[in-house]
Amino acid sequence: MSIDLSQFYEVFIDESFEGLETMEAELLNLQPGEVESEIINNIFRAAHSIKGGSGTFGFNAIAEFTHEIETLLDQIRNGERELEANHIDLMLKSIDCLRDMLRAIQNDEPQESEDAKQLTAQFQAILAEQVAPSGASSDSETEEGEPSQAVSAPAVTKVTNIFDINFTPEPHLFKTGNEPLFIFDDLAEFGELEVVANVQSIPELAELVAEDCYFSWNITLDTTQTEEEVLRVFEWVEDDAKIEVKLVAQFEEEAEEVNDSDKETTEAEAPTQDNELAKESPKSELAEVKVNDGGGVTPPSDKNATASKKEFRPVAGKTKATEKSKSDSSSIRVGTDKVDSLINMVGELVITQAMLNELGEDEQFDHSKLTALREGLAQLAHNTRDLQESVMRIRMLPISFVFSRFPRLVRDISQKLDKQVELTLIGEGTELDKTVMEKISDPMVHLIRNSLDHGLETTSERIAAGKDETGNVTLNAYHQGGNIVIEIIDDGRGLNTEKIKQKAIANGLIEETDGLSDQEINELIFQPGFSTADQVSDISGRGVGMDVVKRNINALNGTVEVASEPGVGSTFTIRLPLTLAILDGQLVKVGDNIYIIPLVSIVESLQVDMNKVNSVGGGVDVLRLREEYIPILRLHELFNHPEACQSLQDGLLVVVESDNEKVGLLVDDLLAQQQFVIKSLEANYKKVDGISGATILGSGSISLIVDISGLVKMAGLKKPGQAGLDFAKPLSEAV
Amino acid sequence: MKRILAVDDSASMRQMVGFTLKNAGYDVTEAKDGQEALEVAKNKEFDVIISDVNMPNMDGIELVKNLRTLPQFKFTPILMLTTESGAGKKGEGKAAGATGWIVKPFNPEQLLAVIKKVAR
Repeated sequence: MSIDLSQFYEVFIDESFEGLETMEAELLNLQPGEVESEIINNIFRAAHSIKGGSGTFGFNAIAEFTHEIETLLDQIRNGERELEANHIDLMLKSIDCLRDMLRAIQNDEPQESEDAKQLTAQFQAILAEQVAPSGASSDSETEEGEPSQAVSAPAVTKVTNIFDINFTPEPHLFKTGNEPLFIFDDLAEFGELEVVANVQSIPELAELVAEDCYFSWNITLDTTQTEEEVLRVFEWVEDDAKIEVKLVAQFEEEAEEVNDSDKETTEAEAPTQDNELAKESPKSELAEVKVNDGGGVTPPSDKNATASKKEFRPVAGKTKATEKSKSDSSSIRVGTDKVDSLINMVGELVITQAMLNELGEDEQFDHSKLTALREGLAQLAHNTRDLQESVMRIRMLPISFVFSRFPRLVRDISQKLDKQVELTLIGEGTELDKTVMEKISDPMVHLIRNSLDHGLETTSERIAAGKDETGNVTLNAYHQGGNIVIEIIDDGRGLNTEKIKQKAIANGLIEETDGLSDQEINELIFQPGFSTADQVSDISGRGVGMDVVKRNINALNGTVEVASEPGVGSTFTIRLPLTLAILDGQLVKVGDNIYIIPLVSIVESLQVDMNKVNSVGGGVDVLRLREEYIPILRLHELFNHPEACQSLQDGLLVVVESDNEKVGLLVDDLLAQQQFVIKSLEANYKKVDGISGATILGSGSISLIVDISGLVKMAGLKKPGQAGLDFAKPLSEAV
Repeated sequence: MKRILAVDDSASMRQMVGFTLKNAGYDVTEAKDGQEALEVAKNKEFDVIISDVNMPNMDGIELVKNLRTLPQFKFTPILMLTTESGAGKKGEGKAAGATGWIVKPFNPEQLLAVIKKVAR
């Protein structure tokens, strides 16, 4: 029977990533010199599982590399070696390397990596120092771990051995779960078997302990197997019995056919492979002589075992991995409670459906049934909403999935910057949508780097400022309304508002006379190409600016803000919708069509006061609304609906905001607000400028969702690379 | 149908062992550590138990010791899955009352061969 091991790869890879995460987190808890056995055990166990799994599933490069880590851990665990700081560093690097190797498997690439080789060399250098490798566990393991290299020649000659075996078990044999009968059965498969039981040790009935073994056996076995192979049958009982095997006779028979290459290896690598009687080559004759000299026997079937091992290994890494890498992390682990609640919902839904069904089949339907029908429909609406929420909950994961990588990040960066930093994580259990989670990670990394590099002062600066020399960075996540809020708080120097202002003026982003508030100036750090760092360090400020952070977060329908107080610290606040799949929307009428505007981007809706509308160049009208000038986009022009109302007076203006820019959209009328499920237009049709997706309305018709930030670009209001400040700032003389 | 209890903290190993044995016609129950295995074993009889050594909560050695104190598992074959072929772990397992062992890495065929040694 052959079993396709590739079906377990995905689980193996998932759990290995988890194991590496555990290792990383625990390593960060370790202090050089002091070894907490619980922590070391956790790390060891994770490494051990990865090694065991990778070996089993044929990922030998990973198995061998993990073996080095495990050996070092084992020595530390047994107190044979002191834990040093460089051990932790080395193991952390190894974790990165293993992650790469695992990803290589996912992508169907070779797992062998240069990094692994280098790190292996470093491990071996450490292991070679003073303490000899812990003999028993590691050394012998390597031997058994790599038997696949062994020669795999079929038994060339038939040598028949006759063994006399005496098997005298200890009384407790049965209590180990071993069964002498099975042993005899195994031996019987080797050849002709004769077993004689010695019963003289059986005591009087009164003294007999029913669970003890009083027998011993004399066995004669006529077999082609070797002594080693025979002894192997007794492997599990050798500590619980006296076993004597004597070779009493040996016969040789004609050789079977052998293929040449096999034979060569046999001779070259295994000089003890001696019982050959092949006639073709003189070498074989030599071998034959050896037989007579030594009389030693080697186990041919041992090689059969390794041969079969070999067979299953090398191909394992390839085959099906491609399909799986495409579905990369498409699997999701769901707590059973969530699934249970889902099943509950479906149960209720079925009941409601049955009830409505009964009403529908009633032939005397009249007004008296109407109440029941309404109740049923209300019930159905309720069920649907619950079901929707439950399904959404399945996609929700605790933010600790993202947070967990930050302790390592902070450690590495603070080491590089030579700053002392303490990272505090709050609200790790806060849940958010998996897709959002995947996309929020990079912006957060950037913000944390920024806080460590620019936000926190150096140790000496902190002491001079009378602060604690250890800087604090706090990540705080919590739910607020339908949003998740993530704060990145540092107690560093705060933003240098004056410096930002000068820089912004130098860059032409603002004018000296603009009279922006400190808050408004601070927000300028999110503008493209803005960095106040005097010199570009390799930690942050290397071209990927805050504007990218902001853009990524905006792309998730989220916002990012900064609050800062000089000398006290800065707080970056990210607000994200809990999910991307469902949005609250405002239905608007444009001609005969209904469009949807995401509710989050709507600032206000109003009737246009023509006295406040000015025409500026390029056929663009702007509306003066309080202290701001807001460009007006006519949706009917953009989407080509000549039947819609053309004049500003007749329609309504929906003021929306995107990237800090406000734009007024002219529509015919506002309709209802409702939740809608976003369907991709690209997947079902093709990408359309100004439209971010589509949804199906209650009436069954399709409605397009307006892409606010796309619209702004489409209308040519925002030139790429240019700050979009022209409309957002209170203009004094620009118009 | 022979009933086998497979114990391993690693999901992939557990699935591999479980799948292989089920495919071969055994009735397999899985447990993720010694503690869970012991609970399961108290409520169901098994013909063979196959367990990893290194596990959280309760390791394989403890599990064997505990199982051997239960009358229904006094003589049941218990096999250890071990990567540590060194005498140490095997000896410890044997001392606790394990029947035998299979050394990781192993392939499905090897696993079945070992199971056949005790379940027939």
